[in-house]
Amino acid sequence: MSTLNSNVPDGPLSEKWSRHKQNSKLINPANKRKYSVIVVGSGLAGGSAAATLSELGYKVKCFCYQDSPRRAHSIAAQGGINAAKNYQNDGDSVYRLFYDTLKGGDFRSRESNVYRLAEVSTNIIDQCTAQGVPFAREYGGLLDNRSFGGAQVSRTFYARGQTGQQLLIGCYQALEKEVQKGGVEMYNRHEMLDLVVVDGHAKGVVVRDMVTGEISSHAADTVILASGGYGNVFYLSTNAMGCNVMAAWKAHKRGAYFANPCYTQIHPTCIPVSGDYQSKLTLMSESLRNDGRIWVPKSKEDAEAIRKGEKKAADIPKEERDYYLERKYPSFGNLAPRDISSRAAKEACDDGRGVAASGLGVFLDFSDAIERLGEDTIRARYGNLFQMYEKITGDNPYQTPMMIYPAVHYTMGGLWVDYNLMSNLKGLHVLGEANFSDHGANRLGASALMQGLADGYFVIPSTLPNYLATQKPGTVTTEDSAFKEAEKAVKDRIDSLMAVKGERSVDSYHRELGLLVWDKCGMARTKEGLETALVEINRIREDFWKNVRIPGSAEGMNSELEKAGRVADFFEFAYTLCYDALQREESCGGHFRSEHQFTEADPEVQSGLLGAGEAKRHDDQYAYVAAWEFTGVGEQPTLHKEELVFEELKPSVRSYV
Amino acid sequence: MTALTQSVRSLWDSSIGKKTVVAVTGLVFIGFLVAHLIGNLLVFVGEEAFNHYAEWLHGLGHGAAVWVARLVLLGSLVLHVVATVSLTRQNRAARIAYAHEDTLRASKSSKIMIWSGLTVLAFIIFHILHFTVRTDAQLAKIAAESPYQMVIVGFQNWLVVIFYAISMTLLCSHLSHGFSSAFQTLGFSSSKTRSLLDKLGKAYSLLILVGFLSIPISIRIFGYGS
Amino acid sequence: MNLTLKVWRQAGPDAQGHIETYPANDIPASASFLEMLDIVNEGLIAKGEEPIHFDHDCREGICGMCSLNINGVPHSKEKAVTTCQVHMRHFKDGETIWIEPFRANAFPVLKDLVVDRSSFDRIIAAGGYIDVRTGSAPDANSVPIGKNIADEAFEAAACIGCGACVAACKNASAMLFVAAKAGHLNQLPQGKPEKDKRTLAMVRAMDDEGFGNCTNQYECEAACPKEISADNIAKLNRDYLAASAKEALV
Repeated sequence: MSTLNSNVPDGPLSEKWSRHKQNSKLINPANKRKYSVIVVGSGLAGGSAAATLSELGYKVKCFCYQDSPRRAHSIAAQGGINAAKNYQNDGDSVYRLFYDTLKGGDFRSRESNVYRLAEVSTNIIDQCTAQGVPFAREYGGLLDNRSFGGAQVSRTFYARGQTGQQLLIGCYQALEKEVQKGGVEMYNRHEMLDLVVVDGHAKGVVVRDMVTGEISSHAADTVILASGGYGNVFYLSTNAMGCNVMAAWKAHKRGAYFANPCYTQIHPTCIPVSGDYQSKLTLMSESLRNDGRIWVPKSKEDAEAIRKGEKKAADIPKEERDYYLERKYPSFGNLAPRDISSRAAKEACDDGRGVAASGLGVFLDFSDAIERLGEDTIRARYGNLFQMYEKITGDNPYQTPMMIYPAVHYTMGGLWVDYNLMSNLKGLHVLGEANFSDHGANRLGASALMQGLADGYFVIPSTLPNYLATQKPGTVTTEDSAFKEAEKAVKDRIDSLMAVKGERSVDSYHRELGLLVWDKCGMARTKEGLETALVEINRIREDFWKNVRIPGSAEGMNSELEKAGRVADFFEFAYTLCYDALQREESCGGHFRSEHQFTEADPEVQSGLLGAGEAKRHDDQYAYVAAWEFTGVGEQPTLHKEELVFEELKPSVRSYV
Repeated sequence: MTALTQSVRSLWDSSIGKKTVVAVTGLVFIGFLVAHLIGNLLVFVGEEAFNHYAEWLHGLGHGAAVWVARLVLLGSLVLHVVATVSLTRQNRAARIAYAHEDTLRASKSSKIMIWSGLTVLAFIIFHILHFTVRTDAQLAKIAAESPYQMVIVGFQNWLVVIFYAISMTLLCSHLSHGFSSAFQTLGFSSSKTRSLLDKLGKAYSLLILVGFLSIPISIRIFGYGS
Repeated sequence: MNLTLKVWRQAGPDAQGHIETYPANDIPASASFLEMLDIVNEGLIAKGEEPIHFDHDCREGICGMCSLNINGVPHSKEKAVTTCQVHMRHFKDGETIWIEPFRANAFPVLKDLVVDRSSFDRIIAAGGYIDVRTGSAPDANSVPIGKNIADEAFEAAACIGCGACVAACKNASAMLFVAAKAGHLNQLPQGKPEKDKRTLAMVRAMDDEGFGNCTNQYECEAACPKEISADNIAKLNRDYLAASAKEALV
């Protein structure tokens, strides 16, 4: 075990970023074009980085697995993007955004990074507006804001329910502009299958052309990964079907540390699973909780009758309903934070009082709001969400309550990076959801878009020269033996997958793994469960390699082969995920260890600060980033710690009673 | 001048440019048809009025006006046909068919534009030979004395009437899509005017159909003028 | 429910394709259309056959990747949905469903139901952007934009670039896509300086890609999962003519 250096600059928190920019190295314009940069991923982080670096004069190659960079999963973000503009004059500031984000992350993120995020948030809004992103406006023509995710100020900018889409399109257009100018070479339908490390520096990637099946190598002076999160390790999640951990995992296997993988976010308002054929889960905007009341029947008998279709929600009288969030968290009620609401739903369902046919679902009921405000008002507020719900479930939420259940939504953990967003593996930079840095153990609503764009538009363009200036441009080419070795490893792995010729489909394995990880390392985790998971993951992985069936060939397009490669990596990654969860003997944010919760014996509970059953952090032992070093597939990784130093804010108990 | 010709060339080569040519020339015909119909309906006022109108028309501008109009119409026709045929060929080359085709909204008229157009073209050629060039010597003789009688005699032939009726029906179909389409192509259509233009186009094409058909039907079926 | 599928199979970009018939049995009515295909594919894999390839990603109607022509219409006859938002409860037990790729010569088939829509990227690259260097933007509230203009721009910007407009058009015209993209940027004050340049470049790029010509049938509008209005096309026509005139004369 070693201690990691995060290279956080000295000085007061509010001056760190400007000082760092002043002290950062510069590369003169004539030299920039000699440097080449590989960007993997074309979402908000990757796309904005690729476009901006090309504007600055670097030669950029950008890779994405989709058929166009415009389809990256950033596109699916609904709610909005936070920025400390204080346009509403409601007392917001960079400091307050920093404070909310750090506290929301349950004091498990790096203070300096979070402050920088809050600081550059205002530039993002300027940049995107100038690009033509059609943010919502007031009648006077100025930008509108809303309060989001329980924040006490209105700092969220939005474009109806499609903020992510509009931001990504802006970023994609900037990227295509650079493609036209010749600064970016775009590789669509290309998947990164390995990272190439030359003399301890990341200098290239090996990719597969998903149309022709051709394997090729690309060298550059530095590599940027912006390949998103790993939520699909749970099989069912709100992530796109193609989201995967492969790029990050390959980098990890080549030496990059993986930090805090156990920090996963479960979103409380998703449409419940309806059958075992289900391929993904759909998120319903959190804003629904402003007017909807969440409940389950008080009695198990009533719940069972609803599950069997013998009773309807309307048949349960008010006094027989348990509005459990309102009961447990009287001041926040149905607006309690994501992690807390999700766990409460799980508890109700575990208690046998779930209402969906599967037993896993709770009511989100608008009947009181409709009675109070009228159907028209509710339609004006949530019309499109109600429509979406009806399209998927066939139920009309104006007449019968919605059913919701938590689902995996975002992953806070990721590759470890320093203040420059560079991994411990030199030359490898990691942006957006793929890194670990800004959200700690829990991400607040409307912060993911902010981080992706902050990293890509404003941070990496300033910090990248700190690495590049130490490198002579163009010294490494694909002729280097490391590329030959990586290419061979990639081809061998594909050949071994194709050679298994077993009986079971890739999806069936993915589903089995996902269910296991969800059960043992989902909303609540125990030592015993995690230990079982570690054994089981390895067992299923070994079975996968003996019995998976991939029809077709490795030449040309083969969707089963693509999935198999990703699932194979999910198996390896799942082990590290559970191992991290096992090691972290505390509860914080999205990581809830059942052994570590407040009980009636705790003074905090007795004083009424919070209720029994809430997450209990152990700051004395676990106020660190757990960065894991790869030691072998299915083997215990080595821990490296980055101690978290809080100069500005003292960690406190998150209370929402 | 090269820059200008270059621009005109690239406008013609572009999808929107060619469509603009189709729309503008289409509007020329939409205007012409109204004038032509009003003139023709004078048949119902009587022989004197109709012949007087014909005489007036041919004497306008010392006889130059009718030739200017003919040149404009001929030019428009050539451009309209050349552009639509070229667009249609490009359109066919742009897609292969589905094994199972279906549509959600496209009107029948819009689907047969090229065929209704080509039929109308054939009709125009026939119509000019019939009533303007007068290839039939006997009809030419009658026309020299009374254009009115030429119309009455000309429509005694069942084949002529049937071809005329078919052509007018297809013209109506062509116009019912073409009218609003021209405004859309020229960019005059908007969320507020689109459905109005559409209704106006339907009304216009119906008016043209009823107006032009009334003449041969009155003459051949109801014996008007004989 | 039990269904019969008529599916376009094509081994590769240069291979000859054909319609293949598959039974789809025991499909839950609550499954989505793509989950129905997942089930059919599980069956094919079990038999050792290659599964049906189709594009899909977010499965919630926003990424624009899914692209199936269902019973002759892109994204099915259901109004305002993408293929991934179509659910089986809208089909009848025993029904025959035709599934084909989006057809356009500018969208060549890569495999089975997967097509190459990179022509859309090239149209955007030609001019579908506002050229603003990162970091050089003025304060976001320095230019007020009327709510109606912002809303109209948003309506056009809602385009997900799926290509249903092209697939629905008997001429494979990309006018609705181009009009939506140009319309979004052209009407915003930020987009005005490059308006003429953008309009000419995007339309020319569209023509070069081999899309057909708009014949104002509005099939595109009817098939668009985001219900983008064909009024944008009128606007594009207007902008293009004005830009051409300026290019020629000024």
